[in-house]
Amino acid sequence: MAEASQAQWEPKIIGFLCNWCSYAGADLCGVSRYQYPTNVRAVRVMCSTRISPHLVLDILKAGADGVLLGGCHIGDCHYISGNYYTEKRVRLMKRLLEESGVEPERLRLEWVSASEGEKFSKIVTDFTEQVRKLGPSKVKKDEKLRSRVAAADDASETFRLKALVGRELNLVNKGNVYNNKLDPAELDRIIDSATEEEFERSLILELSMSKPRSVKELGEIMEVPTDKVLRHIVALRQKNMIAMEHPEGFTPTYKTIVIGGEQ
Amino acid sequence: MIHMAETKVNESEKPRIGVFVCSCGSNIGGFVDVPSVADYAKTLPDVVYATQNMYTCAEDGLSNIREAIRKHNLNRVIVASCTPRTHAPLFQATCESAGLNKYLFTFVNIREHCSWVHMKEKDLATKKSKDLIRMGVARARLLKPQEEAKVEVEPVGLVIGGGVSGMTAAASLADMGFPVHLVEREGDLGGFVKILNNLYVTEKSAAETIKPLIEKVTAHKNITLHLNSSVKSVEGFIGNYEVGIAPKGGEEKKYKVGTIVVATGALEFVPEGLYGYNQYPNVVTLTEFEILCRKKTLPKLKSVAFIQCVGSRGQKMSYCSRICCNVAIKNAINIADNYEDMLGVMEKQGTLVDKIPVEKKATEEILERRRRRRGRGTEGEGDAEEVKLGPSEKIEVTVFNRDVMAYGVEHELTYNKAREKRVKFNRYTLDHLPKVFMEDNQLKVTYFHETLKLERTMPVDMVVLSTPLVAQPDAGDLSKMLKVPLGQEGFFLEAHVKLRPVDFATDGIYVAGTCKGPADITEAVTQGAAAASRAATPMAKGYVQAEALSSVVDETKCTGCGTCIEVCPYGALRKNEKGIAEVIVAACKGCGCCGATCPEGAITMTNYTDAQLLAEAKAALQEEV
Repeated sequence: MAEASQAQWEPKIIGFLCNWCSYAGADLCGVSRYQYPTNVRAVRVMCSTRISPHLVLDILKAGADGVLLGGCHIGDCHYISGNYYTEKRVRLMKRLLEESGVEPERLRLEWVSASEGEKFSKIVTDFTEQVRKLGPSKVKKDEKLRSRVAAADDASETFRLKALVGRELNLVNKGNVYNNKLDPAELDRIIDSATEEEFERSLILELSMSKPRSVKELGEIMEVPTDKVLRHIVALRQKNMIAMEHPEGFTPTYKTIVIGGEQ
Repeated sequence: MIHMAETKVNESEKPRIGVFVCSCGSNIGGFVDVPSVADYAKTLPDVVYATQNMYTCAEDGLSNIREAIRKHNLNRVIVASCTPRTHAPLFQATCESAGLNKYLFTFVNIREHCSWVHMKEKDLATKKSKDLIRMGVARARLLKPQEEAKVEVEPVGLVIGGGVSGMTAAASLADMGFPVHLVEREGDLGGFVKILNNLYVTEKSAAETIKPLIEKVTAHKNITLHLNSSVKSVEGFIGNYEVGIAPKGGEEKKYKVGTIVVATGALEFVPEGLYGYNQYPNVVTLTEFEILCRKKTLPKLKSVAFIQCVGSRGQKMSYCSRICCNVAIKNAINIADNYEDMLGVMEKQGTLVDKIPVEKKATEEILERRRRRRGRGTEGEGDAEEVKLGPSEKIEVTVFNRDVMAYGVEHELTYNKAREKRVKFNRYTLDHLPKVFMEDNQLKVTYFHETLKLERTMPVDMVVLSTPLVAQPDAGDLSKMLKVPLGQEGFFLEAHVKLRPVDFATDGIYVAGTCKGPADITEAVTQGAAAASRAATPMAKGYVQAEALSSVVDETKCTGCGTCIEVCPYGALRKNEKGIAEVIVAACKGCGCCGATCPEGAITMTNYTDAQLLAEAKAALQEEV
């Protein structure tokens, strides 16, 4: 049965294509009759810069096998600088996917100009094969993985990561409010460590949503040292995002504070 | 066509979706089972009407849409056919004519993105078409009607650059009755052209040729000239720019303008280190040669070699500078004409030229230009001998070229004329570049004769290097100020290479002349006039309607962190008096960068909301029911 459905399985890939270059390139590909596999379903956006990490992570959480992002070549963005931001955001998305355990290869960013019809067909063919090799997304069946992807999604929406990634280009190119230009490698390190922290905190909130959990329990599920979990809990309690439940015996447990009764 | 007044769609009203699946003759119908797709569309949520057309874009297809909107009280329309990039305006206008807000229209591309790229898999292509329509329906259900904002346009123009294209643009706008500010950073008008000798095809001097234009611009009552001045700041958006103009060393003054034409021109590439330039005195650039001709200070010459494509077409710059072939041909004719009687004699003698003393010193004119360019002193440079061209001199002219680009009617004739005058055209390839060197007090050129397949050396008295026009080194500053893009070579980049050659993607700003790439004077004039006409359009109308494609700030969520203001490439966001972000709708182009960036999730894009995009994408993941 499992094998039969495996044979039937076709990768489901969502493409986000920018109106001016990659969508136009896909149009030209059609006009030129370059053939490619039928697996990609394209969503048109005005600019690749519109694609926030949340959009990609939410779709992967919903079970997409792959996500293809298409923008204009660097320097050719119809909106001057949009794709520079896309590049930075994709870096964040890939880092978060690594954290969550989803193969970062399920996400691909490509620059396709309006004149690169053939390139578009090659990219779709190649990416479809890449995703086919990775196999079906495990997110739907694997509850643990799903909660990790949900945590990655939540982490991507935190003020800290959004502000850091949003300001990255200006911090490097123009400087901060003290007119200090930041070293790009240093800033990447800062973003990476913030990504790891925000992911782990989001995962704690995700795991403690349905039932209260102890630090030890969280550490085991997350495969993170307990002292680190505890530091996250302290930070989350300060922000009023998690609350201590009545300790059972000597072990305190924590439950996520849900605002507005959502979820 | 009768235009119906727009029926207001209540946002709480349940969507009533009509789906029109197009066969496009056999373009779609041949590769997708269109009837089954249309049947499938009927089963989707909120779809109350679905049909198929042979050609939806034909009049009967369009009237079918209008009728269905009325008959079935549709408040959303989906056309599944070709690409929105070409046909969305047509179907949107059809919806509007039936009283439906055009922002309630959804395009599904099942031709370019489906039937044409899956021509051998009808079942899979049909399945994909159904998926795409399901995605379109998911999106359409969440669409909201939008209103387009009207923005008033200040009927005053600004032209940056007082060269030929800038003067043409300013004069055209002024003739149409609009006050124009013309900003030129040098002390006089005329730009690059004013230093040239004559302009090819005509024999009239360059200064004489453009004199009437300069006079017209200077005297025009609608033109305010800002000489020795530059643009220091630009704020605002189409119709409402506030521009700071400052004279050299003077105070910046603000002016309100509605539209801006950029015509800042280009420079000649300086071939440092190439072909003995700056090493041997008689190696000059094409422009330097022009100046020598104009001032009649050419040194004594018997043989002149032009080398084409110096620094262009892959040697330093990637592009062809377009004008240099014709400029070199013009100059070749100019000198050949003065020596016409003598041409060919040297060939008969069997030798190229007699030994003549080579001018060791470049003329003062050239040295002065080079000094100015490099900001160096004048130490150790002597006076140059002035030699007038005389009809009794012998001269041989050789043009080393990769290909001669004498395009069009006039240029080809000029090229033929040069050949008649015994100007030699020797082809070289990138594998065998000509070499310029000095031997026994004689300047020489070694080249590979492509026909003879032999290396030859010829003595020459002057080498003229045809170097490309290059972008102004400070174009980047202006591009940042105006928020318009530069291409890879540093030239200004138009909105569309074919269809919008003098527009920028930013509304209200236009481009003309060599600042967007090499052009000759005819082209600079054409572009200047074109840019003026484009700039006049919103000014004559008095207002513009901003496409309802912009970001929207949720005031309750915004904390005023300002990240969106930092990332917006158009300066379309600002803080209001409450300290929170505010969108300038007329300036916003709807790219969505701020929306994806906003750390508080306070910014959404009209009809490109997260909910709409996710609904569309997630619909693809559902199984066909």
